[in-house]
Amino acid sequence: MSSSEKYAPPAPPSDTVAALLAFTVLAVLIMPTLDVFGVIDHFTLNLWGKYLCYALLALSVNLLWGGTGLLSLGQGLFFALGGYMHGMYLMRMIGDQGQYHKPIPDFLVFLGWTELPGFWKPFESFSFAMLMVFLLPGVIAGIFGWLAFRSRIKGVYFSILTQALTYAGALIFFRNNTLMGGNNGFTDFKYELGFSLREPATQRGLFIATAAALIGVVIFLRWLEGTKFGLVQRAIRDGENRTLFSGYATPAFKLFLFVLAALIAAIGGALYVPQVGIINPSDMTPEKSLEAIVWVAVGGRGTLLGPILGAVFVNLLKSYATRAIPDLWLILLGGLFLLVVLFLPGGLVSLPSKLRGLWQKTTSTPATAA
Amino acid sequence: MAHPLLTVEDVSKTYDGFKAISNLNFYLFEGELRTVIGPNGAGKSTFFDLLTGRTQPDKGKIEFGTDPADSHDLTKLDEVAINRLGIGRKFQAPSVYAEHTVRENIILSLRGARGVFASLFHRLNSTDTDRIDELLKLIRLDAKGEWKAGLLAHGEKQWLEIGMLLAQEPRVLLVDEPAAGMTDEETHRTGELLLSLAGKHSLVVVEHDMTFVKQIAANGRVTVLHQGALLCEGKFDDVQADQRVREVYLGRGKHGTR
Repeated sequence: MSSSEKYAPPAPPSDTVAALLAFTVLAVLIMPTLDVFGVIDHFTLNLWGKYLCYALLALSVNLLWGGTGLLSLGQGLFFALGGYMHGMYLMRMIGDQGQYHKPIPDFLVFLGWTELPGFWKPFESFSFAMLMVFLLPGVIAGIFGWLAFRSRIKGVYFSILTQALTYAGALIFFRNNTLMGGNNGFTDFKYELGFSLREPATQRGLFIATAAALIGVVIFLRWLEGTKFGLVQRAIRDGENRTLFSGYATPAFKLFLFVLAALIAAIGGALYVPQVGIINPSDMTPEKSLEAIVWVAVGGRGTLLGPILGAVFVNLLKSYATRAIPDLWLILLGGLFLLVVLFLPGGLVSLPSKLRGLWQKTTSTPATAA
Repeated sequence: MAHPLLTVEDVSKTYDGFKAISNLNFYLFEGELRTVIGPNGAGKSTFFDLLTGRTQPDKGKIEFGTDPADSHDLTKLDEVAINRLGIGRKFQAPSVYAEHTVRENIILSLRGARGVFASLFHRLNSTDTDRIDELLKLIRLDAKGEWKAGLLAHGEKQWLEIGMLLAQEPRVLLVDEPAAGMTDEETHRTGELLLSLAGKHSLVVVEHDMTFVKQIAANGRVTVLHQGALLCEGKFDDVQADQRVREVYLGRGKHGTR
């Protein structure tokens, strides 16, 4: 019996694989090619690169919320920290081409520094910065998760604490004395690994890297779902007590997942910064994390495709609405959230099966009546 | 006389001034099937909470192991550690993983692979799958292995949880109201199953249904709890005849004869 050999959930795997393949072809091959031939403009490709970074943040939220029942309202912190760590490298790569033409970042000159603070020095190395993209969010998630799960903090208390955590992060980064650019954060990046960030080819490369990272994360999460770990994860979501009394140390599982989710968000943030060209503490405010919750709810919580779909769809809508009807955007977002919660609790991914159900109902009713 | 497997001595537990358990002594011997009865609020659930590490006693001793030189102090261990020692618990309300299939519910309960990294790379071997099939047959759910557990009838969920308990191969099974919500026939079958487990396992069964208690306590002993304390202990007939028991429990309530 094949089903006894593995733990794969009963969700239709062929659909996911097909969707993944289609997405891979679209994102890695077709969109950059269209960009090369000028069918879509550089701005559009860049915008989609940003959406894919948000999709990584959405997957991070979903791993905890949809997969484990942990509603973290602070995933934006890890996204922003990943962004900041990459941003430090990008700031160093400006060299002396800043406004003040000094060998240190402009904001430090402005604060009266003449030399680089010690902790900035290793960020000249790309590999060190990439290491820190994972290390800092991972360690912070590890410490916070260890304290929270060991004390058995659950439900809304966990949500409130994660929100407080990201808010605390924002307050620290808003301070000029943190030496991370304060209010304005980092911007005016010029080079990534020697390539000019103004070149469309560089942006294309970043887009492909983002798509590849997203696909890699999806494949990894798909694998994780199929392991016994995935079974335990969903068991914690549906009945943590039973899991605990069956000999599973659930705090250790939740800690692992919390750190993993932080790393996924950090990858998204690290790829976001060179494409969007700015990172500042407003990305750590609770509102940003709440937005990611809306993406996941709209797309479909507890699925792999849903969060990606939600992140892209809501942000496409945002890009359009903030230009066309800027005053109505927040009302639109709130209305969308309400509509989904009330009428489509499974999110956009559940739309096809819902429509199919309606279609069958309307076509079969006359048949049975006849 | 052999040393008990489970030793509870002079245990008290107070919640906000309410004495849930007071000066309780309880001894369970290897292979025994013990039935615990008592009216609502007698402290049966608190008793299980104390045994499984969900809560700690204010005073008293709870030890596990037939060798006094090598026994475990359960008051110092948490739920996970106690479960890993071989004490399994079935909850009063059937608690199965509703979104998992019946088979997955059993897989999650099988002995072994409990750590984070062990579960990442764990694979079932043929012994495991044989064991799963055998258990599914025993709890009469072999035809519903791929069903979501949430879709099962109430009685079937109770059986599934008993199956999950057995999958853990515990030395002690703590079973809270296994017959609740079952038909008479299902109840009887549950009783037979529990009786067949005695000897290989040691069991403590909390129950309200007196027909069921009479069935499973035919050869074993019955412990009566009242207001957190031991009221009396003995064979079913003796307990039933005991005047104090009749007053506090059998004499009134839904099983009453008065």
